[in-house]
Amino acid sequence: MKSLLLPPHPKERRVVFQNAWTQGYTPDIDCYIKHGGYAELKKALGMKPEEIIDEVKKANLRGRGGAGFPCGVKWGFIRRDDGKPHYITCNGDESEPGTFKDRYILHNDPHQLIEGMAIAAFALNVNLAYIYIRCEFPKAAQIVTQALKEAREKGFLGKNIMGSGFDVDMFVHQGAGAYICGEETSLIESLEGKRPYPRIKPPYFPAVLGLYMSPTIVNNVETFCHVKQIFKIGSDEYAKMGTPGDGGTRVMCVSGDVMRPGPYEIPAGGVTLGELINDVCGGMKPGRKLKAVIPGGSSSKILRAGETFKMKVKGEDGQMVDKEVPLLDLVMDASSLAAAGTMVGSGGVIVMDDSRDMLWALNNLNQFYAHESCGQCTPCREGVLWIDKMTTRMVNGEGTEQDPKTLKNVADNIAGRTVCAFGEAASWPVQSFLQKFPEEFEVAAK
Amino acid sequence: MDTHAATSTGPRQADQIPADLLAKIDEAVTHYPVSKRSASLPLLHLWQNHFGFIDDSGVDWIAKRLDLEPINILELVTFYPWFRQEKAGRISVRVCRTLSCALAGSYEVRDSFCKAAGIDPKAPTHGHTPPVSPDGKFSVEFVECLASCGSAPVALVNDDLHEDITEAGTANILSQYN
Ligand SMILES: Cc1cc2nc3c(=O)[nH]c(=O)nc-3n(C[C@H](O)[C@H](O)[C@H](O)COP(=O)(O)O)c2cc1C
Ligand code: SF4
Ligand code: FES
Repeated sequence: MKSLLLPPHPKERRVVFQNAWTQGYTPDIDCYIKHGGYAELKKALGMKPEEIIDEVKKANLRGRGGAGFPCGVKWGFIRRDDGKPHYITCNGDESEPGTFKDRYILHNDPHQLIEGMAIAAFALNVNLAYIYIRCEFPKAAQIVTQALKEAREKGFLGKNIMGSGFDVDMFVHQGAGAYICGEETSLIESLEGKRPYPRIKPPYFPAVLGLYMSPTIVNNVETFCHVKQIFKIGSDEYAKMGTPGDGGTRVMCVSGDVMRPGPYEIPAGGVTLGELINDVCGGMKPGRKLKAVIPGGSSSKILRAGETFKMKVKGEDGQMVDKEVPLLDLVMDASSLAAAGTMVGSGGVIVMDDSRDMLWALNNLNQFYAHESCGQCTPCREGVLWIDKMTTRMVNGEGTEQDPKTLKNVADNIAGRTVCAFGEAASWPVQSFLQKFPEEFEVAAK
Repeated sequence: MDTHAATSTGPRQADQIPADLLAKIDEAVTHYPVSKRSASLPLLHLWQNHFGFIDDSGVDWIAKRLDLEPINILELVTFYPWFRQEKAGRISVRVCRTLSCALAGSYEVRDSFCKAAGIDPKAPTHGHTPPVSPDGKFSVEFVECLASCGSAPVALVNDDLHEDITEAGTANILSQYN
């Protein structure tokens, strides 16, 4: 990735990416140790497990996989001494369109992930952990497997790690080409060797009834790397890098019609959307204007150039005041994007310029969801196919007058009526494209 | 014993398991001390990496190895897009179809790969059995987002990710594979 070979942009702050893009840095354990690796695991092994979880809570780390759930709170659901086996699974399925960050970590800095997971394992009393990697990353699987072997040889994994009396081992588990396996309960079914049909929540929250029906924590690759960094930087400093409730840095993956697409690690809330596009990514292609942005992976709701959003922001006197915020002034953190009706999600920002046809773009995403539905629930299995059929026919000039209305109706009847959040993920693009760009759908409908 | 009709002719894969594949299978099973069934996907991967696809004897053999019914394995082979029940090209070209790559021209790139490989671009784009070139060397198919959207369009050729592909550059990429 070219943008990563450049020195960091002034708005960037490479924390989880710090080693991965250092000249001469290699993924082997000697290089990692030379750069201070496994010192935080040592530190954590000397702490009380509750203290570790408290640090993660204080750091305000939110999960980087898409749902943005506070990591420390999730860990707090595990009862260390309930007598059951506990598991950790790392979500390296990275398949949300627009998201490309975890692969760089797996390839370039695998020990950072392993150290973060080992810290989590100690805090949560876990002796067995899995790293689920999509099979389209064959090299990542080899690199991480090798790194696990090295960590075992050096005593960071296995029996009595670093002389602590604590045992933990980890293995790589490869997926097989299905997007749905990124959904945490689907991932667990896949890890159990079954068809990856998501489980219904409640009762199957992984922290209660996860892998092998035991309490299980699923976290994203980037999330575990942040855990290690929290212990390096300290939870207060870490939290301060971000905004209240959204600590640390986040890798924003920008793709589409900008001059310098790439993954940029930026303090949470450290840029506005305008700064990200025009400053960090070098602006739009020559002669082109911004038309639309999908801010947090393909499942997040699309935003339209020129829109404004009413929200509460901090005024000059520090008091919260109502303000009309233009699109390009939107701060890229969890709460601002939520206030704009969308989400930071997985950090995948897809930018489209004024040469793009929104019906065509939506149809592309509809084909994705039609291909990836697991087929377990009727509204999703049938609905995504209908939606795809309708936009495909509209793209081919065979749309009918009712199509936009029927499209919305089908989407409205998927969201909220399914086993897993794929239902929302597939409906939100339809609902938001129709809402934000109605004129393009009316024209296509004839 | 086979419990369903063979989908392909030729020698049964289960009769030709080399020692190193057996050793890898035994190793993989040890990664799942709680439940052998968890080794289903790893065994299917090892099998497909060796034979190129999974025939009925493979389904039965893996099921038996893990104390499962053949259907427990067959339902995985038919669900997960990665697994093949028939031979594909020796070299698999998987072009990303999804939005960021499509914005950067992935449809044109896929067609160009097809032409360079000698495959009709009108052939099906997805499926467990992708179109194969007449010489059996290449198969070309669309896959969904490969998590490399910042260097779109991209394609996975066997184990290698190729980035920033142009329509004109596809023949050169294929020429790197034998
Ligand atoms: C359809 C769907 C696909 C998902 N894909 C991924 C993925 O590829 N990677 C990921 O980390 N999380 C993915 N998630 C989110 C996971 O379910 C889960 O929330 C996450 O792995 C938890 O980790 P975190 O708390 O560290 O973010 C997906 C969720 C849904 C509903
Ligand atoms: S919502 Fe869709 S993907 Fe999720 S369980 Fe139901 S059918 Fe499967
Ligand atoms: S859209 Fe092609 S790699 Fe993501």
